[in-house]
Amino acid sequence: MIKTLIATTALVTGFSAAAGAETIGVSIPAATHGWAGALNFHAERTVERLEKVYPDLDFVLTTTPDSATQVSDLEDMVATRGIDALVVLPFESEPLTGPIQRIADSGTWVTVVDRGLAVDGIENLYVAGDNNSFGRTAGEYFAETLDEGAKVVVMRGIPSTVDNERVAGFEAAIDGAGIEVLAMDHGNWNRDTAFTLMQDWLSRFGQIDAVWAADDDMAVGALAAIEQAGRTGEMFVVGGAGMKEMVDRIRSGDKSVPVNVTYPPAMISTAIEMTAAGIVGNAPMSGDFIIASELITLDNADDFFFEDSPY
Amino acid sequence: MSMAPAQKISTPARRRIDLQVVGPIVALIALVLIGMALNSNFLSYANITNVLARSSFIGIIAVGMTFVITAGGLDLSVGSMAAFVAGLMILVMNLLTDRLGVTLPVIFAGVALALISGLVAGLINGLLITRVGIEAFIVTLGTMGIYRSLITWLADGGTLSLGFEMRELYRPVYYGGIAGISWPILAFVAVAIIGEIVMRHTAFGRHCAAIGSNERVARYSSIAVLRVRLATYVLLGVLVGFAVVMYVPRLGSASASTGLLWELEAIAAVIIGGTLLKGGFGRIWGTVVGVLILSLIGNILNLTDFVSPYLNGAIQGAVIILAVVLQRKGAADR
Repeated sequence: MIKTLIATTALVTGFSAAAGAETIGVSIPAATHGWAGALNFHAERTVERLEKVYPDLDFVLTTTPDSATQVSDLEDMVATRGIDALVVLPFESEPLTGPIQRIADSGTWVTVVDRGLAVDGIENLYVAGDNNSFGRTAGEYFAETLDEGAKVVVMRGIPSTVDNERVAGFEAAIDGAGIEVLAMDHGNWNRDTAFTLMQDWLSRFGQIDAVWAADDDMAVGALAAIEQAGRTGEMFVVGGAGMKEMVDRIRSGDKSVPVNVTYPPAMISTAIEMTAAGIVGNAPMSGDFIIASELITLDNADDFFFEDSPY
Repeated sequence: MSMAPAQKISTPARRRIDLQVVGPIVALIALVLIGMALNSNFLSYANITNVLARSSFIGIIAVGMTFVITAGGLDLSVGSMAAFVAGLMILVMNLLTDRLGVTLPVIFAGVALALISGLVAGLINGLLITRVGIEAFIVTLGTMGIYRSLITWLADGGTLSLGFEMRELYRPVYYGGIAGISWPILAFVAVAIIGEIVMRHTAFGRHCAAIGSNERVARYSSIAVLRVRLATYVLLGVLVGFAVVMYVPRLGSASASTGLLWELEAIAAVIIGGTLLKGGFGRIWGTVVGVLILSLIGNILNLTDFVSPYLNGAIQGAVIILAVVLQRKGAADR
């Protein structure tokens, strides 16, 4: 299949495939927030490493600020670089489904990361975190730790399917545990918004036993507001995604931040490595690869602390 | 010389000004009443302090924006500029901490750097607009993208954070205060009062209005149009730097999402306050009211379950338009 592809792309581009090297295109969102920053960090590292391991492989890495730019990037990759495989984290599912389907139809290997496409069966390989498990893991911790009648507030992310799945997992896990959700609002995965939201919730509610902030950036904002109000110690905050400052607080035994839930940005490395292995070797790599969310606690925090990661 | 045209504008508009004055104040009073009715904690000391302190960043910037808009300009880059200045300040302060330790001179150096880099950023905007002669909208749209990229690059896509001990030392600048009034509120009040005086009682303020009203006439009146216009952008840049000085101690960090959409909030506050978007008339105290209106909407929505959080943006949009309709009505009826 790959041989025919080289033939067709060679017709289009003339010389790009002449060296016999195969090209893998990687298209990911730009580093506009912490998690995406770490995604970029891991993508660049993996590409550097693999270029040394496989001298025959070329990589094209593009970062994109929005869906429209990503579509143009993909078109450019096909037209001018004649990519043989594509690793893509779609900016949004719906607008990218058509363009990625056309690339897949032309015989290019397609690996989709994290955000699923609107139509099933387009990609050869799907690598993703488990958003439902992300919410469920946090919810299970709440259900186990908190007493019946405990009052919690929930800070959601930017309204999206990712956010809905996480919240659905959380709600299912605390169902029947007698935990009262006082309020639920969007902190947009943003520190400043979370700070403001938490300040207002602290004025509104006399008793809050726990905060699920669903993301570590929001947890930072929430913790600052709690400290300002002098109510540290009344409640704990559970963030998510394993930001290193948070992991550091867990491993130092901070009571306000007892646990965290992973959603590893390094999944992009998993996707690129698997794609490269599939292109170069004969190991079967198609299917779905779902990376479960884990609970970071005092006991295992050291395993999740990455000193030089930006996140 | 320059007083004459300004007086001429204000005399026939006297009847209209009364209606214009009422608009934003009515909206503000209505919001306060709604807030009181919906939640008993609304008027608590903690909540009022929170709302005023968080308004101070946009507020300080919006005062500078009032001058720019009054002189017929616009600056879309302030949000990104704030993020970039904050990032730069944190980076340099961390570097200096390594050498000088956790000491006050590091903070003074950081504050000076924030003000100077704000000034330089404003100067770049102003020079491109006045000397190269490019539309303000385009120049600041460009610099908006540049500063946003630079902060993302500086932070390596992640978050720049002040060292922990330095954060503790600098923290009182946001959380502390005198006589129970926190520093950011005092800073905002001081900037607003000085801004009001400069706008109403100095040649610079009058020149801004004259240029925004009719640039050619202003030039014939021997106003140094380019220099005044340049000065408005520099002033705004310095105020952005000053806002950052109050912002950094709050969370001690800056990232690519810092200051997102601040430019639109600042512009909206200026317009709600009664300043004309096309220039020629500016009102600093109106801008202050506009900033408070915007903050109160968010605060009230957080204090209640009144509407679905999905509709927060719609409520904000509706109140902005309503506040402006209230004050424009007078002009239309005339």
